[in-house]
Amino acid sequence: MIAPERPLAAIGTVSLEIDGTDVRVPEGATLLEACRSLGIATPSLCYLENLTPVNVCRVCVVELEGSRVLVPACSRKAENGMKVRTDSARVRLSRKMVLEFLGSTVDVSLSSEFAEYARRYGAEPDRYGAPAGPQPLGARDAAVAGHHHAPAGDVAENVAQPVKVDNELYVRDYAKCILCYKCVEACGADAQNTFAIAVAGRGFEARISTEFDVPLPDSACVYCGNCIGVCPTGALMFSSEYEMRRAGTWDEKRQTKADTICSYCGVGCTLTVHAQDNAIVKVTSPLDHDVTRGHLCIKGRFGWKFVQQRPIDGA
Amino acid sequence: MDLHFTGALPSKAERQIVDAVLGAPSDDWHGGEAARARRHLLLPTLHAVAARVGWISEGALNYVARRLTVPPADAYGVASFYALFALSERAPRVVHVCDDIACKARGADAIIAALERDYGIAGSTPDDGATTWLRSPCLGLCERAPAAYLSVAGERPYARQLGGVDVRSIGEALRGGGERVFPSTILPQAGDPGLRLLRRVGVVDPSSIQAYGAAGGYQALRRALEIGASGVIREVSDARLMGRGGAAFPTGRKWDAVAKEPERPHYLVCNADESEPGTFKDRILMEEDPFAVVEAMTITAFATGADYGYLYVRGEYPLATERMQHALDEARRHNFLGCDILGTEFDFDVEIRRGAGAYICGEETSLFNSIEGHRGEPRNKPPFPVQKGLFGKPTAINNVETLVNLPDIVMDGGAAYAAIGTKDSTGTKLFCVSGCIAKPGLYEVPFGTTLRQLLALAGGVLPERRLQAVLLGGAAGAFATPEELDTPLTFEGVRKIRATLGSGVVLVFDDRINLGEMLLRIAAFFRDESCGQCVPCRIGTVRQEELLARLKRREPLHSLQDERTLLAEVGAVMRDASICGLGQTASSAIESALAKFRPFEGAVRA
Repeated sequence: MIAPERPLAAIGTVSLEIDGTDVRVPEGATLLEACRSLGIATPSLCYLENLTPVNVCRVCVVELEGSRVLVPACSRKAENGMKVRTDSARVRLSRKMVLEFLGSTVDVSLSSEFAEYARRYGAEPDRYGAPAGPQPLGARDAAVAGHHHAPAGDVAENVAQPVKVDNELYVRDYAKCILCYKCVEACGADAQNTFAIAVAGRGFEARISTEFDVPLPDSACVYCGNCIGVCPTGALMFSSEYEMRRAGTWDEKRQTKADTICSYCGVGCTLTVHAQDNAIVKVTSPLDHDVTRGHLCIKGRFGWKFVQQRPIDGA
Repeated sequence: MDLHFTGALPSKAERQIVDAVLGAPSDDWHGGEAARARRHLLLPTLHAVAARVGWISEGALNYVARRLTVPPADAYGVASFYALFALSERAPRVVHVCDDIACKARGADAIIAALERDYGIAGSTPDDGATTWLRSPCLGLCERAPAAYLSVAGERPYARQLGGVDVRSIGEALRGGGERVFPSTILPQAGDPGLRLLRRVGVVDPSSIQAYGAAGGYQALRRALEIGASGVIREVSDARLMGRGGAAFPTGRKWDAVAKEPERPHYLVCNADESEPGTFKDRILMEEDPFAVVEAMTITAFATGADYGYLYVRGEYPLATERMQHALDEARRHNFLGCDILGTEFDFDVEIRRGAGAYICGEETSLFNSIEGHRGEPRNKPPFPVQKGLFGKPTAINNVETLVNLPDIVMDGGAAYAAIGTKDSTGTKLFCVSGCIAKPGLYEVPFGTTLRQLLALAGGVLPERRLQAVLLGGAAGAFATPEELDTPLTFEGVRKIRATLGSGVVLVFDDRINLGEMLLRIAAFFRDESCGQCVPCRIGTVRQEELLARLKRREPLHSLQDERTLLAEVGAVMRDASICGLGQTASSAIESALAKFRPFEGAVRA
C-alpha cells in the first residue's frame, strides 16, 4: 500500500504456456503465481506468501514438459517457453496421494482447505487401514534415526500423540502436525529470529522440537505466537481457543473479526481481534499487512486480557 | 544472534573435547557473521564428542552450539538426524550388526537371532552398560558378508569394520576383542594385467607415496598441468565419461559448466558417502589405492578451477578414512597438494569430512547441507550444484570411481578411453558382486560384458543351487531374471530390461532366498533412510512397507488386486513427486520384483 510500485518497464517478463493457455508473468514469478494469475486453483499446504517456500508438502506439483519428475509450483520459477500441465493424470494422482498420505497420518480435521482439496482430488485416507493407536507423550521425540519396529501392516502408522501443554499461552498438538516447516521458518529467519524450534529426527520420526524436547519455558521461545499464525492445521493453538474447543464452546460462526491498531508501541501493527460472545478469543494480523506481514509480538498477540476487565457490578 | 540455552552444562571433559576441535574460546565478544561462518564445524565437533564420550549430552550439545553460534534447537535437529549419534547415554562399545540384503543372503538373520538370545534385543546392555549391539543398514562390506562395525568410544577411540562375522566373533568384539580384525580386501582379479581402475589394488602399498609414484602415480597430474584445464576437460568430454555414482551424468559437461562459472570460489567435492546397499567399490578404492583418489581430485580441481576440495567419506568407513587422511598428508608433504603444486601457480587442498550414518547424505545437495552443518536434507533443484553448490558456490561433485578414471583418460587421451566399452558406455566399470555367489568381490570389466559373463567370472552360484534373481544397482535399482543374463552391462543395455546399473551393485539371490523378505528389508531401508522432508517419501515409504508386510502375511486389507493398485500408486507418487532421488527410486526394486517374480504368491519357502 505504502511501498511504491516498481515501474513495469523495469521488470522483465517471461512467457509460458499453462494448460494450453499462454501467460506472461514478471521475471522471478513462480509457477504457482502464474497458475493463480490464470485463475487455476492450485492446492498448497506448506506455502505461505510471507515465508520462504520450502516445497516439502508436494501438493502443488505440476507437470513440466521436459522434466522427468513433477515440479513444485510454489518454488519453481517460471521460465520462457515452459509448457506446464496442472491437471494431468499424473498431477491429479500425486496430489491425491499426498492428501491421502497426510490424511491417513495426521489429524487434519481442523483444516477446511485440506477437506476441500481432499474432496477435489478424491482422496481416500481410509484405504491404508485403521489408524494405529496414539503413542505416549514423548515417544516420538525419543525415536532414534534409522531404527523402527517392523510393522504388521494391519493398521496405518500415524503421528497420534497427546497434546503438549507446558505454558499458559499456547498448546502444541503434534498429532495435527503435517511438518510443513512453517512454524520453524516463522520462529527463524523469516520472521522472529528466535530459533526456538527446529525439525529434529529423521524420516517418519521427523518432528518439530526444541533442543532435547525441553518444555517451551526452558527453550528460547519468546511467545510471539508467530508459529501459531502460520500453522495450517491447528497443531499450534492459542490456549484460549484450545480450552474453548475442549469445553465445546468454540464456534467460529458466532465470531466476529475487527481490525484495530495495537496500543502497545509505536510500530503500529494491525491486530485482527477475533471475538465471540462479546469476548476476545484470539488475535491475529493480516498476512498482507505492510507492517506486520502477519507477524506480531507477545504483547500484540497475547496481551489483550486487560481489554476485558470490566468494572465489577455496582462498584 | 541472541541465543538462549537451557541450564545444562558440559562436563570438563566434554568442554575440553570441543575446545580441542574449535580452539580455546576467547574472552572477546563472540558472534556475528564470523562466528556463524564456522557452522560447518558442527558435524566434526559432534563426531569428536561422540568418539570420546560415546554419546552427546544436553550439556555437550549446548556447549558446541554456543561455541559455533548455532541455536541449540537447530543443533539438536542436526545431531538427531544421524544414526551414528546417540543423544541419550549409550554404551561406549557398540557393535553394529548388518541385517541388510547382502548380509541377509549370507546368514545375517541367524546371527541376529542368536544375538537376541544371548545378549538381549538390539540396544540391550548385557555388561553393566559397557557394551551394546545394534542393527545396521548395509555397511558396504558385502563381499565379506555377514558384516559388522565396531566402534569403541574413549580416550583413544577406535572403529573398525568386521567381515565374515559370526556370533562368536561378535561376542568377542563385544567383550573387548576385535581390535586387530582388519577387513582384508577381497579382490579376485588381483594382478590381472587387464585391470585399469584396480591395477594397483592389492599390489601396491597403499600407505607409500613412493610406491604409488613407482607404479605410475602422479604422471597424470603432471600431464594435466601441461595440457591445461581446458585440455583436461576436452579429454574427459572426448572420453564420454559418465558418472559412476548412479546418475550417469556426463562428467565433461558437468566440469565444463563449473569451469565457466564466473563466481568464486569453486569447490570440488568427492562423494565417498557410499551407502547404497550392496555397494563397496569406493571403499576398496580408498582403502587400497588412496593416492589415486587424491591425484584424481587434484586433476579435477585443476580442470574446474576449484580452490578447495572436500572428501565426504561415509562414517562407517574408518579404514578408508585413515588411509585417505594419510594419503592427503603425504601428498601435501610432497607438494602434490597445497600452494604452488609441482612448481606451478596452482593451489589446492582437500579436507576430509565424515558422514554420521545417513544414506541420504550421498545425495549431492544433502551432502552439501551436511558439510555446511545443516540437516542432511536435499535441496530443490534447480539451482544445480554447478551453479550453486557447496556454500552456495559453483561446485563439481563426483563419485570416487568416476574420478579414479581420470588419470588414464589424461594419460591415454579421451579417444583411447572411449575405445573401451561400448559407444554409449565407455571405459571399464566396477561391479560389486555379492550375495549367493561363489567368489563375491569387486570386479572390473569393460562395459558391454554380459551379466552372465560377470557371474561366471565370480564363480557362479554355489553348487546345487539355482539362480533366482539378481538385484542390479542396489536398493534403488531393479531385479534381473535368470532369463535376462545375456543383457550387456551398459547404461543403455540394462535399460532394456527396465533396470539400472546404479552404483554397480550385482547382488545375487539363489533359490534358497525368500525374495519377499528381501523386498521387505528394502522397504524398511527406505523408511529408515528417508530424511522426512517431503510427504511422498516420508509417508510413502511407511505405507509401502506396511503394504508389503500385509502381502507377505497374506492378510490384505482389500482384494489382492486393490492392494497391488495401491502399491503402484504409492510408488507413482514417490517417483513423481519426491524432492530427490531417494524417494524417486524407493519403489523401483520392489515394483520390478513384483513385475518379474511372484514373491508373495505360491508356497512360501521355509
